[in-house]
Amino acid sequence: MPELTLEDLKRILRVAGGEDDPETLDGDILDVSFADLGYDSLAMLETVSRIEREFGTSLPDELVPDMPTPRVALDTINSRLRAAA
Amino acid sequence: MITGLGVLAPTGRTVAEHWSSVLAGRSALAGITHFDASSYPARVAGTVAGFAAREQVPGRVVPQTDRWTHLGLAAAAQALDDAALDPAALPEYEMGVTTASSSGGTEFGQREIEALWRDGPGHVGAYQSIAWFYAATTGQISIRHGMRGPCGVLVTEQAGGLDAIGQARRLVRGGLRAVVTGGTDASLCPYGLVAQLSSGRLSTGTDPARAYAPFDVDAAGHVPGEGGGMLIVEEAEAATARAAAHRYGTVAGYAATFDPPPGSARPPALGRAITAALADAGLRPERIGAVFADAAAVPELDRQEAHAIAGVFGPYGVPVTAPKTMTGRLYAGGAALDLVTALLALRDGVIPPTSGVRHPVDELRLDLVRDGPRQADLEHVLVLGRGFGGFNAAVVLSR
Repeated sequence: MPELTLEDLKRILRVAGGEDDPETLDGDILDVSFADLGYDSLAMLETVSRIEREFGTSLPDELVPDMPTPRVALDTINSRLRAAA
Repeated sequence: MITGLGVLAPTGRTVAEHWSSVLAGRSALAGITHFDASSYPARVAGTVAGFAAREQVPGRVVPQTDRWTHLGLAAAAQALDDAALDPAALPEYEMGVTTASSSGGTEFGQREIEALWRDGPGHVGAYQSIAWFYAATTGQISIRHGMRGPCGVLVTEQAGGLDAIGQARRLVRGGLRAVVTGGTDASLCPYGLVAQLSSGRLSTGTDPARAYAPFDVDAAGHVPGEGGGMLIVEEAEAATARAAAHRYGTVAGYAATFDPPPGSARPPALGRAITAALADAGLRPERIGAVFADAAAVPELDRQEAHAIAGVFGPYGVPVTAPKTMTGRLYAGGAALDLVTALLALRDGVIPPTSGVRHPVDELRLDLVRDGPRQADLEHVLVLGRGFGGFNAAVVLSR
């Protein structure tokens, strides 16, 4: 079963939303909000869309506001991936 | 008062580079390099070579925006730097941004349309929603520099840069401290080029030295280009009070008119724009030291422009130049870059030449500056722009 790891998420964020400082996503960011990391709602829509494509799953746009941090995003998306498996 | 200039153009990626190119009559026109254009009817263009968005645009913004916005952001940063104006030190609602755009984000849009047709709707990026939009450059400049007063975009094709600075002047008169204005365009991808072909005004010439020859017996359309210029318009007293390093000139007069529909018996409205801009500046025609022409290089449009100029200034009555022959027509960036060039001409007392013209049409009775720059003690110059669809604008700049 495919699983979205924190490293996957960071990699996709970097491509989807760009980055000003390569170190922004380093360290313990699990509970830092995407907004504080500099990724706005549009960047998150783009990120989720790329995850859908890469993991062959469907993630409704409505999920985005309910995933404020990387930890919540990983939990939410991985539980959907497990349910679909 | 204009206190800062920025340029990203085929003739240079800085103001100084651009100015030295146009004074030397060094045309930047060459074969299209962004893609293989060998099967397209138009193959010559003015390209901004060597521009690396990653070096001049914040990393977050690069994937969210089109090349035209990258060029606009870079030019705006140059202009603010040139003005030594730090927006962070000023009240954010007392600064605005008014740019011109003509094509929007065509290169970005082409990429997304390709993804749509090749892979389906799920593959279209979220940023398409903001990247294509005409106001994207204005918005990104506003966000980047924290300039949150009145912001807008003018979409009047090649007249856009003049309409934008007219609006900037209006905003400053209304109480704004500073406005970033100007324009860029970048539409040299296949989709952008094909969209331009529909105007019927693109040159099919393949010799870069002759493909764009306005007011010439061989005039047969224009060469497209990308890039443009940005300018900082400040309230004059505030600029003086802070001892702004550069005081390039003022927007003494501005007017815009609209042509009658095709087939109308009424004459084109460019002459009226010139007269109204001079009246707005309170200047008689003989005070104007040079005219920066629109230079469509479509014989009928050249005739209209020459007729309008001669109608106000008399035959051979004023030096006329078109340095855009070295960049191609930049659409929203065209008149904006002409404003920058005209301000440098005022500063240095020299009129840059027109390139590519070998056999001027005698009946046009224009005193066309070509072959080399012409020294002139300039106090006031006139910049003209005509946008596809009937737009005319005229700006008088004064030292």
